[in-house]
Amino acid sequence: MLDEYGIVALFAFVAVVFPAIPLLMAWVIRPKKPNKSKRATYECGLEFEDFPAEAQNVWVQFRVQYFIYALIFVVFDIEVVFLYPWAVAYNALGLFALIEMVIFLGILALALAYAWRKGLLEWT
Amino acid sequence: MSTPLVLTYVGFFVMAAITLGGALMAVSARNLIRAALGLIIALIGIAGIYFVLEAEFVAVVQILVYVGAISILILFAVMLTRGLMKRDLPAQNAQWIAAAFISLAMFAALLYVALSTNWRAVETQVAGDLIPKLGTELMTTYLLPFEAVSLLLLAALVGAIVIARE
Repeated sequence: MLDEYGIVALFAFVAVVFPAIPLLMAWVIRPKKPNKSKRATYECGLEFEDFPAEAQNVWVQFRVQYFIYALIFVVFDIEVVFLYPWAVAYNALGLFALIEMVIFLGILALALAYAWRKGLLEWT
Repeated sequence: MSTPLVLTYVGFFVMAAITLGGALMAVSARNLIRAALGLIIALIGIAGIYFVLEAEFVAVVQILVYVGAISILILFAVMLTRGLMKRDLPAQNAQWIAAAFISLAMFAALLYVALSTNWRAVETQVAGDLIPKLGTELMTTYLLPFEAVSLLLLAALVGAIVIARE
């Protein structure tokens, strides 16, 4: 079983080495003559210092909605974990398993309904 | 389908090193975002250990739930807390002696259990694909726990929403 991961290990190795080689080559052959303009932080050709003061403050507080969405996502992420083995075994299971899964999803849908009812899905 | 023991050892030690490195970064980083990224590295290493142990389903679940969802939640929680990201926080506080003592005691207890347990080698290997078997067991033998999980998730989400709205 683990032998099949030889391919995965090979891919992981290439994925690390492949971008590292051009970076290393550039570091070896490039001329090193830094000046103030070359070292400046820039965006769209503008230097960072030229931005207005409020735009320079990049560590802003995120909206609380992001957290609520992530919270709901976690629950449905776990739901996928249970859906997957059920879906793979579906042909061998029959109607009763379908009803069981509908009950499972229905209970979790109540959680989504609760969040919706409380207005948490609104982007204010 | 036996794997050469050497390969298993190499895989285990590489993944254990990644886990320990990530965990060290998580506890020593002064920036909370960096600490969260260290935690993600540690969780990926644990998923790698599951792969080495041939528990592919658990490994994929580990990546999907912990690396994919829980860590995003932690990052959002840090980014939501004003002032927490901006300044570097000291990685230690006055309670580090108590924390070190509890950690050492926990480690000693785990070591004792691990060494005193009679680990038996599994003689028979389950044949064929494991995922359909898992699905069938979930729908028949373990039906009640399976449905109880959905109630648990419902209660957890409602509770989390109530706390998050405060």
